[in-house]
Amino acid sequence: MSTTTETAIQELADRKYKYGFTTDIPMEAFPRGLSADIVRLISAKKGEPDWLLAWRLKAYEAWLRMEEPHWARIQHPPIDYQSLYYYAAPAKPAPKSLDEVDPELLKTYEKLGIPLNERAALAGVAVDAVFDSVSVATTFRETLAKAGVIFCPISEAVREHPELVRAYLGSVVPAGDNYFAALNSAVFSDGSFVFVPKGVRCPMELSTYFRINARNTGQFEHTLIIAEEGASVSYLEGCTAPMRDENQLHAAVVELVALDEAKIKYSTVQNWYPGDAEGRGGIYNFVTKRGACRGRNSKISWTQVETGSAITWKYPSCILQGEGSVGEFYSVAVTNHHQQADTGTKMIHIGRNTTSTIVSKGISAGRSNNTYRGLVKILPGAAGARNFTQCDSLLIGNECGAHTVPYIESRNASAKVEHEATTSKIAEDQLFYCRSRGLSEEDAVGLIVNGFCREVLKELPMEFAVEAQKLLAVSLEGSVG
Amino acid sequence: MLEIRNLHARIGETEILKGVDLVIPDGQVHAVMGPNGAGKSTLAYVLAGREGYEVTAGEALFNGQDILAMDPEDRAAAGIFLAFQYPVELPGVGNANFLRTALNAIRKKRGEEELDAVAFLKLARAAAKQLAIKEDFLKRNVNVGFSGGEKKRNEMLQMALLRPGLAILDETDSGLDIDALRIVAEGVNALRDGKFSALVITHYQRLLDHIVPDVVHVLANGRIVRSGPAALARELEASGYAGLEAA
Ligand SMILES: Nc1ncnc2c1ncn2[C@@H]1O[C@H](COP(=O)(O)OP(=O)(O)OP(=O)(O)O)[C@@H](O)[C@H]1O
Ligand SMILES: [Mg+2]
Repeated sequence: MSTTTETAIQELADRKYKYGFTTDIPMEAFPRGLSADIVRLISAKKGEPDWLLAWRLKAYEAWLRMEEPHWARIQHPPIDYQSLYYYAAPAKPAPKSLDEVDPELLKTYEKLGIPLNERAALAGVAVDAVFDSVSVATTFRETLAKAGVIFCPISEAVREHPELVRAYLGSVVPAGDNYFAALNSAVFSDGSFVFVPKGVRCPMELSTYFRINARNTGQFEHTLIIAEEGASVSYLEGCTAPMRDENQLHAAVVELVALDEAKIKYSTVQNWYPGDAEGRGGIYNFVTKRGACRGRNSKISWTQVETGSAITWKYPSCILQGEGSVGEFYSVAVTNHHQQADTGTKMIHIGRNTTSTIVSKGISAGRSNNTYRGLVKILPGAAGARNFTQCDSLLIGNECGAHTVPYIESRNASAKVEHEATTSKIAEDQLFYCRSRGLSEEDAVGLIVNGFCREVLKELPMEFAVEAQKLLAVSLEGSVG
Repeated sequence: MLEIRNLHARIGETEILKGVDLVIPDGQVHAVMGPNGAGKSTLAYVLAGREGYEVTAGEALFNGQDILAMDPEDRAAAGIFLAFQYPVELPGVGNANFLRTALNAIRKKRGEEELDAVAFLKLARAAAKQLAIKEDFLKRNVNVGFSGGEKKRNEMLQMALLRPGLAILDETDSGLDIDALRIVAEGVNALRDGKFSALVITHYQRLLDHIVPDVVHVLANGRIVRSGPAALARELEASGYAGLEAA
């Protein structure tokens, strides 16, 4: 192959995944592999109190006794947990203010479209930037502090607000909940912490931007969001990683707690590197996300747009305990080439008159596999509970797969559960109609797919909806023709 | 100028167009009439570049360019517009967004500047007003839940915005009420500037009362079997197509 063709191909690949660059700064990493000593090292590095180290070690013990789950419709070679680095961070000491952040890092986030400089930042959005294992900057902290909102790296929250962290950490996703949650609990190195006190509506959108940079490094962030009585907050996370031939592991845990009348809106635009067209490389995304609607009339709403990762294994769920509480799950999952997604939600109705809505849009192209897996569980005490589920699948081409696996368990006769599912293909006449109006085939697919996802995309905060639409179109490039 | 010579096309194994000859000089409007199943829509689709129609012989040139070799989107950029007999629904796609995307795609291909949302809306509202189209049309999803006549009006709205050099109207008059018919005709006539040409497929004289064609063709069994002045349409309405197919 001539070098010009090679550069042309490289350019094409880069255009398709424009976040595939690496940042070259001195890094500090712990030795490869996982052991009780590594867990201790991480805890010591962060200067953690004994109770947290004990919690981590318990999680580690639990993890040792567990087995990697294999019930999802995904396939991958065995993951060698001893070959990974569990801690990697910029070698310079943590910056105390935005002015001290390494310029290389500022440039990185600039390139990713996330300026950390508060003047250049998106109006009304505060950002916590997590780079490999640590948070490197959090913007608008003072503005938020004035409103009484705490938004900081969780490692800092452990130091500054230990009573809050101790009260809530692991209260929604226990350390030994599942294999990946246990692993995360043992080695998590950062993540975001949000606390919105009683009666406060958070004055800005909060967002965390996760970036994996270092090679052979897993990212294990733990995010904890608490909305007290009558509080409300909207939080968004975005994720990218360099293009690498090897697979990298991302095993996060997110816990949400909503007290009486509180509202949490959690949105994800997941664009981890998906691997190349032949299925080489890409992120393994094994994530546990769960929200507890503890209070009366509380509400937790998950919106996710999942376009990246080689494998996505993720079921953001709601435990609807408070009377009249509401759980929502709006999801778009796109798989192309050899990507695999097994994603969905669990809605556990415990309290009376709890309601849940599930809208899932799965789009499969290339030779990918896309599964919706959901559980709606109505416990005996959940009189008057309601669920509405809608699962739509869109197929592009003949070599991909779409699967819907809904589980419904109702133990209260007064509950109403509705389920609708459709599978369709992009119709030839739709494509032709668009093309006859001047749209290229790829733009036509993008438009039709965005239309298919409309109900979910409209749930995203405005600032991110446009970005998500572009992302959908880009991730389906090369899927037709 | 559109020049179609000896055009043969088939769908699967079935030959539908069996040697169509048709030339539309700049500035002219030609009507194509003919029995159901004659191949009128097929001709329209072949000109617009729909997949599944295999051209086995002949040629079609627009302004000297071989359009049969082009992708549908490039034909659109070259100025060809097809108003569909059965406009297609695009769930979840807003009409205004669709129109702007289309217009900007074409403008970009022609090396013109793209329109921002504000400039576009101004243009679209004006065009909608001309066609007596309610403004909420722009907010609705493309053709979803539109009545038959509304879909046809929406096609005319697209035509008005995209300003083609050649418009192919496939039974745009079917399903239109009398007012709409007049409005559609006005839409076409407004584009007539000495350069714009149109191929109007219809079953009825009443449209041709409003858009007076330069030539009327009869397409039967995959061929143009008769051509004549505007009066031919009237004649056909009286006598029907009987006897023409054999010609
Ligand atoms: N996809 C297809 N597969 C097989 N035959 C087809 C297909 N599409 C059209 N045909 C046939 O081609 C012939 C011409 O169809 P076409 O739609 O061009 O007719 P038309 O002249 O537009 O008729 P009408 O006046 O009813 O609109 C018909 O016999 C039709 O059945
Ligand atoms: Mg027809």
